[in-house]
Amino acid sequence: MFQFEQARLGHPGQAVFENLTLHIAKGEHVALLGPSGSGKSTLLAALRQQQADRVAWCPQDADLVPMLSVFHNIYMGALDRQHSLINLRNLIWPSRHQKSAIGEIAAQLGLAEKLFTSVDKLSGGQAQRVALGRAIYSQRQVLLADEPVSSVDEHQGLALLKKILGSHPTAVIALHDRSLALQCCSRVIGLRDGVIALDAPCDSLSLADLDALYQ
Amino acid sequence: MTPSLNTTASGWRRTSGLLALAGLLALCLADLGISEVSPGHELLRMAQGFLSPDFSSTEFLWRAVANTLAFAWQGTALGALAGFCMAVCWQWRAVRTVAASLRAVHELFWGLLLLQLTGLSTVTAVLAIAIPYSGIFAKVFGEFLEEANPAPAAALPSRSKALSVFFYARLPLVWQAFKAYGGYRLECAIRASAILGFIGLPTLGFHLETAFREGHYDQGAALLYLFFLIIFTLRWWLRPALIPVYLIAALAWAPPVINIKPAILIRFVTEDLVPAPLRQGGGISELISWLSTLWQQQLWPGLWQTLVLGMGALLVTAVLSLLLFPLISPLFGNRVSRFGGHGLLVVLRTTPEFFLAFFFLILLGPSMLPGILALALHTGAIVAHLTGRFSESLSLRADAPNGLNRYAWEVLPRISPNLLAFLLYRWEVIMRETAVLGILGIHTLGFYIDSSVAEFRFDRTLVLIVATVMLNLLVDALSRGIRKRLRLKPGHGVG
Repeated sequence: MFQFEQARLGHPGQAVFENLTLHIAKGEHVALLGPSGSGKSTLLAALRQQQADRVAWCPQDADLVPMLSVFHNIYMGALDRQHSLINLRNLIWPSRHQKSAIGEIAAQLGLAEKLFTSVDKLSGGQAQRVALGRAIYSQRQVLLADEPVSSVDEHQGLALLKKILGSHPTAVIALHDRSLALQCCSRVIGLRDGVIALDAPCDSLSLADLDALYQ
Repeated sequence: MTPSLNTTASGWRRTSGLLALAGLLALCLADLGISEVSPGHELLRMAQGFLSPDFSSTEFLWRAVANTLAFAWQGTALGALAGFCMAVCWQWRAVRTVAASLRAVHELFWGLLLLQLTGLSTVTAVLAIAIPYSGIFAKVFGEFLEEANPAPAAALPSRSKALSVFFYARLPLVWQAFKAYGGYRLECAIRASAILGFIGLPTLGFHLETAFREGHYDQGAALLYLFFLIIFTLRWWLRPALIPVYLIAALAWAPPVINIKPAILIRFVTEDLVPAPLRQGGGISELISWLSTLWQQQLWPGLWQTLVLGMGALLVTAVLSLLLFPLISPLFGNRVSRFGGHGLLVVLRTTPEFFLAFFFLILLGPSMLPGILALALHTGAIVAHLTGRFSESLSLRADAPNGLNRYAWEVLPRISPNLLAFLLYRWEVIMRETAVLGILGIHTLGFYIDSSVAEFRFDRTLVLIVATVMLNLLVDALSRGIRKRLRLKPGHGVG
């Protein structure tokens, strides 16, 4: 699905990965771990470029449209599925069908009450759920998410992560919570200073193995 | 049960919906007829003129340019000085009220009044610019000072003299902003100075009006090109070090010599401006009947037409801004389309709405259509420019959609508060300009003001001008109220 052979990744003039070789197969749920600045976001952006049309994208700071409602922000995941004029109609006057479809997703994410509240009136954790809702509603095969549950408490984070992984057969998720990674994913890739320091299936790893990444 | 609607966007939508409804109603009521028989033919002739401008009548050309610049320089300098003095006392309500009334009367109306006192002279032109500009400068400078960081002044030793505190800890903080704003005002003053030609002062506008009225479009085009040249090159020739040179040159070219006999001034204030029934020894009842006649015949029709034209123009302005801003926004189009967009917007916002209205009047004949088109094209270009510039600060996510989806879902909601704020700021300006377009023959308040001056009925002129001031203050208060209620932040670069 994704592959890099001795690739050089990063911003123009400054490489984050000098020499990256990586394969990610269909059906894998990969957790990206590593201290901040280790290249997680850079790698996610590069992955997205490889499969832009198949990726449900969930960037770090959610990047929602703050003055629009939860409904509209989730709907935006499906803008490419409909004709622009139908989208325009739903922006001004949401159809009953869309309201019930998106209402269901919002309810699963605990946002049923807030369906027509604008995102700028929500907490950080709620906004993250909206971003996840958009990813789910995009109905794409591959999820690429950057710290999607960082503002949600640990218990809810686990439930949310399981839910969203259930709707995307393949996923690469940058996380900082090591136990969350072990509980939800099938494979862990540990990054450190632009190098893959660890790459192993989850069932062969313990929390202590992961702690080594950050030392 | 559907969850309740509680979005930030819906508040803006309600307000813009109400304003749009008012605008739509105004457009239904407005006279939008085209009375010119063959506007296409005239447009063709005008286009030919613009393609082959005639710079041959050089003598009056250069004279007009020099006059335009001299009046603008002197007017701006005097206005800035007086405005600065008022800004220093900005905490006093009386000063703010005086400044508000000074700037609520348009340069052309000041010009019409001053013509009666000082005739076709430099003083008339300079004061017509300086008086309203002092009010504008006072407001802008006053607000700069108010918003400046108070900490440096608070940190000075106690018992420092107020004057020293001002020059050491207040003025330096805002000096750069003052200078930048002064430059912008000079550009406005050049426009105003050119327009003063329409009431007879010897600036570019005077020759422009003559040329276009007589159908010499090639000569008119030359004048307009010169005008553009002056404005576009402003940033190169406007150097702080050269300001004294320009000012001295302006004074030397057109010395503002006041020769007014005190008797004329006294007569003007104590007799001409006094309502006719009082002047002729009548009482309150005569005054009331005079006022009610004036109301029925001039004030109400003038106010109504001004309101209808202004509200219609506001709606068309909003629509044009929405259509035009993507032309220069880096979120849409490519390098070529943005270059073209910048060119179009620069020409539209540099050409004064008064000129545009004049051209459209020639093309389409007298109705409200030329006024609405002129105001909407000029203001729409300004708002589109500011909105486009604001959109540069937006960063969209990597998977943001393109085309119409990008416009409607990602960009429009984000720019709405700014666009709305820009439009509400401009509303007052649109109303001011609407009143003035009457001088061209559109039946807004300015038409009645112009006629009353022509009939030497200055008592009526005064009442009509006061009516324009009231209308402006009302619109200003309304616009401020809406902005406050929606918590719209002032955008950058709003002048």
